[in-house]
Amino acid sequence: MLARRIIPCLDCDLAVPQGRVVKGIEFKQIRYAGVPWELATRYYEEGADEIVFLDITASSERRETMKNVIRATAKNVFVPLAVGGGIRAVEDVRAVFQAGADKVTVNTAALKRPDLISEIAEEYGSQACVVAIDAKRRDGPKEGWISVPTPEGESWFEASFYGGREFSGVDAIAWAMKAERLGAGEILLTSMDRDGTYDGFDIPLTDAVSRRVRIPVIASGGCGNPDHIFEVFSKTGASAALAASIFHYEEWGIDEVKRYLTERGITVRI
Amino acid sequence: MTIAVVDYGVGNLFSIYNALERIEARPELITEPEELTRFEGVVVPGVGSFGRCMRRLSRFEAALREALEGGTPILGICVGMQVLFERSEESPEEGLGWIDGEVVRLPDSVLVPQMGWNTLSIKREVEILDGISDDDFFYFVHSYHCVPRDGRVVAATTDYGLEMAAAMAVDNLFAVQFHPEKSGEKGLSILKNFGRLARC
Repeated sequence: MLARRIIPCLDCDLAVPQGRVVKGIEFKQIRYAGVPWELATRYYEEGADEIVFLDITASSERRETMKNVIRATAKNVFVPLAVGGGIRAVEDVRAVFQAGADKVTVNTAALKRPDLISEIAEEYGSQACVVAIDAKRRDGPKEGWISVPTPEGESWFEASFYGGREFSGVDAIAWAMKAERLGAGEILLTSMDRDGTYDGFDIPLTDAVSRRVRIPVIASGGCGNPDHIFEVFSKTGASAALAASIFHYEEWGIDEVKRYLTERGITVRI
Repeated sequence: MTIAVVDYGVGNLFSIYNALERIEARPELITEPEELTRFEGVVVPGVGSFGRCMRRLSRFEAALREALEGGTPILGICVGMQVLFERSEESPEEGLGWIDGEVVRLPDSVLVPQMGWNTLSIKREVEILDGISDDDFFYFVHSYHCVPRDGRVVAATTDYGLEMAAAMAVDNLFAVQFHPEKSGEKGLSILKNFGRLARC
């Protein structure tokens, strides 16, 4: 039986030589967590099913630093490695793949030019192209936007870009469906409202997207304990759960989370 | 032991290269068919469509055949397994046809592609699966699966909507639908087993 995946996410500040992993709260307030390749190796050894690196810097030297981070990681980590942040063209994809990455995540550049998704899928296959969507909950309903029932009332979701600093005016749920048509292999769905809060995943959002696409959805944003992962797997069709803080600050090991899920009947790779 | 990784211009070979280096197999990426003769083992990777792989692999066909008949262990991975068959529903191009049978699309009852970790059901004891049990997970990414005419070539199956071939072994020809280079320590075990076969 196909296992649900547990994916640690490493937000990387690449302004220092080896890079450093940081974590923000609701896309702000940054806290230091460690050296990227060292953390990735630890997570691999604990049983991570995949590793995601997101470049959150905007410096010009970062491209070389990211390649060094990937190279150092790929020598020790034998699960899929996904890399995102600043991927704007197929040439950017080639560069990170040549360093040892297996997938890229695209966000801002794909919102601005959706054909990028098809171009990556054409060259490297759909499995290599993850579309990351940062969704902001808006109180609604609103005409022309997909409406989702939530405990707080009807809501709609707007896709954000530029690392959460700007809003695209695009319906996040409709965008997921369009990304699938263009050739995306997976959707990495982050709730901006929950990110870094430890309040749990946005269940109505994750459910709304996973019902509407037939590609895997990775739930992200808000994970504070293993029960939140149990909740998103038991209440939605999410194929994977992504988390950062609960792993970085050693509150929970990935192995502990997996044991917790197994005891509650969720199939995970042990 | 030196192992050739056939670099015929599809996808990303750095993962398989890194994994073979990790097991001390001294891999080399090979771009010309005539180079194949000097290796003790050959890995045929494959991503993307069956047709695209076959179009680019065809110039290696004779050299691979020679290696196979000379007893060199060959390991096909993912689409590198599928191209061993006669044909695929995915593309009109003919496959290598070393194994009788065809490649068909995954059933509609499941999400396609299968992407993620799944277990095996081991059908017979083969050296390539030494140390592997039915409880171990492997990383799969595929939209099509292999249907051999003679089920005896199958060494292990996996269950995704239906039971399908996940690993094959016929004399010195081996193939896996999953990615051993991305399947953690158990995947590396399979590559080590292949490395051991290549040394004999």
